Amino acid sequence: MSVALAERLDDATRDASSLRRFLAGLPGVDQVGLEQRAATLATRSIKQDAKRWAIDTAISMVDLTTLEGADTRGAVRSLCAKAVRPDPQRPDTPSVAAVCVYPDLAATAVEALAGTDVAVASVATAFPSGRSNRAVKLADTALAVDSGATEVDMVIDRGAFLEGRYGDVFDEIVAVKQACGDSHLKVILETGELATYDNVRKASWLALLAGGDVIKTSTGKVSPAATLPVAHVMLQAVRDFHEATGELRGVKVAGGIRTTKDAIRYLVAVNEVAGERWLTPSLFRFGASSLLNDLLLQRRAKQDGHYSGANYLPE
Amino acid sequence: MPVFDYAPAPENRDIARVKQYYQPFIGGGFVDGDGEPLKTLNPATGEVLAEVSTVSSSDVDSAVHAARRAFERVWSPMPGAERAKYIFRIARLIQERARELAVLESLDNGKPIRESRDADIPTAAAYFFYHAGWADKLDYAGLGPSPQPLGVAGQVIPWNFPLLMLAWKIAPALATGNTVVLKPAETTPLTALVFAEICQQADLPPGVVNIVPGAGDVGEMLVTHPDVDKVAFTGSTEVGKLIQRQLAGTRTRLTLELGGKAANIVFDDAPIDQAIEGIVNGIFFNQGHVCCAGSRLLVQESVADEVLSKLRARVETLRLGDPLDKNTDIGAINSAEQLAKIRELVASGEDEGAQRWTSPCPVPEKGFFFAPTVFSGVESSMRIAREEIFGPVLSVQTFRTPDEAVTKANTTPYGLSAGVWTEKGSRILWLTSKLRAGVVWANTFNRFDPAAPFGGYKESGFGREGGRSGLAAYLKGDDDGAV
Repeated sequence: MSVALAERLDDATRDASSLRRFLAGLPGVDQVGLEQRAATLATRSIKQDAKRWAIDTAISMVDLTTLEGADTRGAVRSLCAKAVRPDPQRPDTPSVAAVCVYPDLAATAVEALAGTDVAVASVATAFPSGRSNRAVKLADTALAVDSGATEVDMVIDRGAFLEGRYGDVFDEIVAVKQACGDSHLKVILETGELATYDNVRKASWLALLAGGDVIKTSTGKVSPAATLPVAHVMLQAVRDFHEATGELRGVKVAGGIRTTKDAIRYLVAVNEVAGERWLTPSLFRFGASSLLNDLLLQRRAKQDGHYSGANYLPE
Repeated sequence: MPVFDYAPAPENRDIARVKQYYQPFIGGGFVDGDGEPLKTLNPATGEVLAEVSTVSSSDVDSAVHAARRAFERVWSPMPGAERAKYIFRIARLIQERARELAVLESLDNGKPIRESRDADIPTAAAYFFYHAGWADKLDYAGLGPSPQPLGVAGQVIPWNFPLLMLAWKIAPALATGNTVVLKPAETTPLTALVFAEICQQADLPPGVVNIVPGAGDVGEMLVTHPDVDKVAFTGSTEVGKLIQRQLAGTRTRLTLELGGKAANIVFDDAPIDQAIEGIVNGIFFNQGHVCCAGSRLLVQESVADEVLSKLRARVETLRLGDPLDKNTDIGAINSAEQLAKIRELVASGEDEGAQRWTSPCPVPEKGFFFAPTVFSGVESSMRIAREEIFGPVLSVQTFRTPDEAVTKANTTPYGLSAGVWTEKGSRILWLTSKLRAGVVWANTFNRFDPAAPFGGYKESGFGREGGRSGLAAYLKGDDDGAV
């Protein structure tokens, strides 16, 4: 992006009204054009070696997630085992990037994943609605971090954002980031509640300016969750942020991505909208649970030349 | 650094069912013409695709004669609701054979399969569907009571959208009760001849549609034929002027859709990311072989650097190559002649002092290809700003005020289309009244809909195709003695 933007960035975070001015000055998003571009890019046909590469890359980008009231320690432990060795009969299958759980189960996941490369991510800040006060949200974050989670998935205060209290949203992200210490902060925008692509763009920049390491589409608890056009807007934001500041920030798409075909469409979008350097688990993630099994089945099909039943994969 | 190299994903060439030899379609049957046969090439390889029998002047006579007979005996007396059935049937058959037509179009023309599959063929079917709906409602088109067809239409179409241009010509002619003799372009005759098969499949009465392949001489025979009532031509301004001169003083009705040098105007409040897409789509769609291509980018000074740097980054992602590969964005230039013309104009741009930037994408060794190119620092006096290049070459100029944008946009003998990118609705409306262009797109580009009239101002021609105005071009008006 232009030099002018880099200069405006310094000014943007000075106070609440500068932030509002900056966000209002972002170029608009044309809905028809954006959706058309996303649909065109979704027609890319990924075959053979490229597909093999894409499947392995997608597996390595999965945040294997369980966020249910019914979660048990046993279920989390078996999820962790699967995260490390997704397809035990094919030891060359890459591990996933992280396991994502509620904060009270973070310690269980940390214990189960000790000594592996798989990270533990914990949701926090009164996930998924974010309806609590700052103190509770920070205590929630502290629980996650103290339990050993190296990644924290926070939700923004959508109410404050939609009311136009950008400064409050910004301050909260800054506070949570501080509470995270060395842990990575993913900021969930819950794009399904933001209503317009313009808002998605504003919320993306707001989260990036406040220090979010990754901007994330959704909690998975609200429909619509991740969509390709929304991912385009967020990928444009991290690309432009990098252009302006030199800093590399990531994107996580979550919710509703269940098939290999969907996942590959997102990888194509990453490749052609943000650029090749974002095609790494440190800068792009899939928040998903059932996606992994489809990736594994497609991986087997590529190797064997035929499909095998889901019964060969661990639960 | 990871590399996401898309493996080749070619569409199966056999789907096109290319025959070695194609014949003209006259009076409901395929017959050998007496003209010199022509060889049509696959521009992506330079290899011969098929041989096509062309017509002589006596063949044109018999085609016009067949069309006249069909007009008088069958097609014009037929109730509109009956005509509609045939046209609907043609539309459905185009959809049924869409894959075959798409692959054949890409083979013969060089355009990427993504475009022939997702744009050309579905839009062609849409034009037939739309006009089929009009056939029994002409009384209610606001063109007077019981509007009457003109008779035999002689139609000459270009090579850039072979089947789609055929649809633009044939669908309104048939819906209004005219019969047709159509000459496809010399380099892209194949889909028109498959369309002739579709007419047979649809049981269209013999002579209602006739297809006469050949070069410019056949076009001349057709448009100057004394028994042709209406000439519709899409092609270069040079040939359009020639036709108009030849038809001056005759009773033959004429519509012309000619060249263009469209301005695509980007204001500082535009949705920049989508404007970039619109610029790319405006000039690199169909290798820039588009008469309404947004070949002149006018960008407001305050965002010029940002737009240009984003544009270059985007253009670098365009994939040039095998038109049949489903991931190809830019296919082959249609012919060696066109490639030479593009090269000549690009060289003139460099000579005249514009700064050339060309995408570093790999270019195939075989076939006719030209990498997407953007010229900045372009002055209105340069040839690349004035002449239609008809290739993937964009000329960029800047402007400071809206008035300057209007002046620059209108500084051209052409007036086919224009694009405006701004979030301000009032500015869009103001510009549409100032821009001397037949189509003005707002926050989009190169969108075609059968309900929207398309046509030019100034040297881009006259007459409209599509919508109610498009029907009027094939119906008698007050000056034809209609009631």
